[in-house]
Amino acid sequence: MSYSEALRASYQQELDAIRSAGLFKEERYIHAPQGAEIEVEFPSGASVKKVINMCANNYLGLSSHPDVIDAARKGLDHRGYGLSSVRFICGTQDIHRELENKLTAFLGTEDTLLFPSCMDANAGVFEAVLNDQDVMISDRLVHASLIDGMRLCKAMTDTYKHSDLAHLEEKLQEHQDKRIRLIITDGVFSMDGDLAKLDAIVDLAEKYNAMVLVDDSHASGFIGKTGRGTHEHCGVMGKIDIITTTLGKALGGASGGCVSGRRELVEMCRQRARPYLFSNTVAPVIVSGALKVLDLISRTTERRDKLEENTTYWRKLLTDAGLDIKAGESPIVPVMLYNAKLAQDFARDLYGEGIYAIGFFHPVVPKGAARIRTQLSAAHDKHHLDKAAAAFTKVGKKYEILGLGKKEIIAKYGQ
Amino acid sequence: MDDIKTTVLDYIRKEYLEEDDDRELTETTPLITGGIVDSFSMVSLKRFLERKYAIQIPDADASPEAFDTARSIEALVNRFKK
Repeated sequence: MSYSEALRASYQQELDAIRSAGLFKEERYIHAPQGAEIEVEFPSGASVKKVINMCANNYLGLSSHPDVIDAARKGLDHRGYGLSSVRFICGTQDIHRELENKLTAFLGTEDTLLFPSCMDANAGVFEAVLNDQDVMISDRLVHASLIDGMRLCKAMTDTYKHSDLAHLEEKLQEHQDKRIRLIITDGVFSMDGDLAKLDAIVDLAEKYNAMVLVDDSHASGFIGKTGRGTHEHCGVMGKIDIITTTLGKALGGASGGCVSGRRELVEMCRQRARPYLFSNTVAPVIVSGALKVLDLISRTTERRDKLEENTTYWRKLLTDAGLDIKAGESPIVPVMLYNAKLAQDFARDLYGEGIYAIGFFHPVVPKGAARIRTQLSAAHDKHHLDKAAAAFTKVGKKYEILGLGKKEIIAKYGQ
Repeated sequence: MDDIKTTVLDYIRKEYLEEDDDRELTETTPLITGGIVDSFSMVSLKRFLERKYAIQIPDADASPEAFDTARSIEALVNRFKK
């Protein structure tokens, strides 16, 4: 079939529908390395503007750390640019295994396997370890990549209400006839910033003979006293059967992910996970940078401690200003606006004030739960947060929402 | 006599709606296409029906269309009830 004018028109119509529904995504061009302050060209063709970045996953501020860049450069010199191979043909260098071992030690697991991304890890892990005699029981708010991974697996799917452990228990009872029950959750939920109750989940898993998988992408490196993740925070190190996580957020922010956990399960992924088997190895430059990241954060908790201080400070600034934020302790701090248009207008005005943050609305979050998700970084200093809070206050005043709660904001702007 | 539609809607409310969700459910409310029951959660509903009515619904018959409204679910259950 040729790409006819009619076909072109039909795609254009679909794109127009996305745009008119207010769901069209546009990239903003950044003319600088990632950091607390970045130079942004938006919209395309506009002059470059210096703004404070409040929406990166650069939790530990390591994305542009000089030691990480230096290690990556050395990796480039000593191990080359690319490997032109998947891992199991000729794409595994000594440094790949070294990074897997270091991740294993850091996460407190038995073994680790690198993937090109955590999306790939999640796409591959279920199919590798489960079959049609098993059931996957997931929290209803897990990340899209877990959902896609579950879709690729022949095991039965079921869900429990978000963080509702009584509901999870019912599901575990209901599926006692299955060979394996796998409980699936995010460690830190990316949209609300709340933490899974992993201690209670592990208790249920033990009671009902189930395994636990946690995607800790928004936690690895900074949640828990020494930053090992949600399992450290909840006191269940060594009890999570499978952890999937990313190197693309706190751990240097470049790319790459992994499956870490019970030795045999990791080995099953090495043998069977299709994104591992059929996509290219992680580039040496990234592996080298990630090794340095793990060195830095294993040596001191300074950066995660600063992130924690920044989080507490930022949450207080916004609360004192009268903004409606989701309570919690993670550096994901959603400012609730409920109405999609309000979230978009608010974000646009913040940008005018030199603050880069993004409005999220349906279908990324449930209808009537639109928000601006702010994310803290150890790269932020207090003056960044003071300036950002002043901008949030100014824009909040403009829309007359300061001091208002959910009901009042909805009454004013609708859902 | 047990009204299947009512039983189904009670179950849907308890199983799939959050506590503060007070939307009205009727026998023609689209459950799957309306986003109330996602395809991952359909298994609970199927298992509930099988247990409650002592039936077996073959996977091939447990289609999103058959599960889309309380009315269509009632028809499905009646097909397999002895």
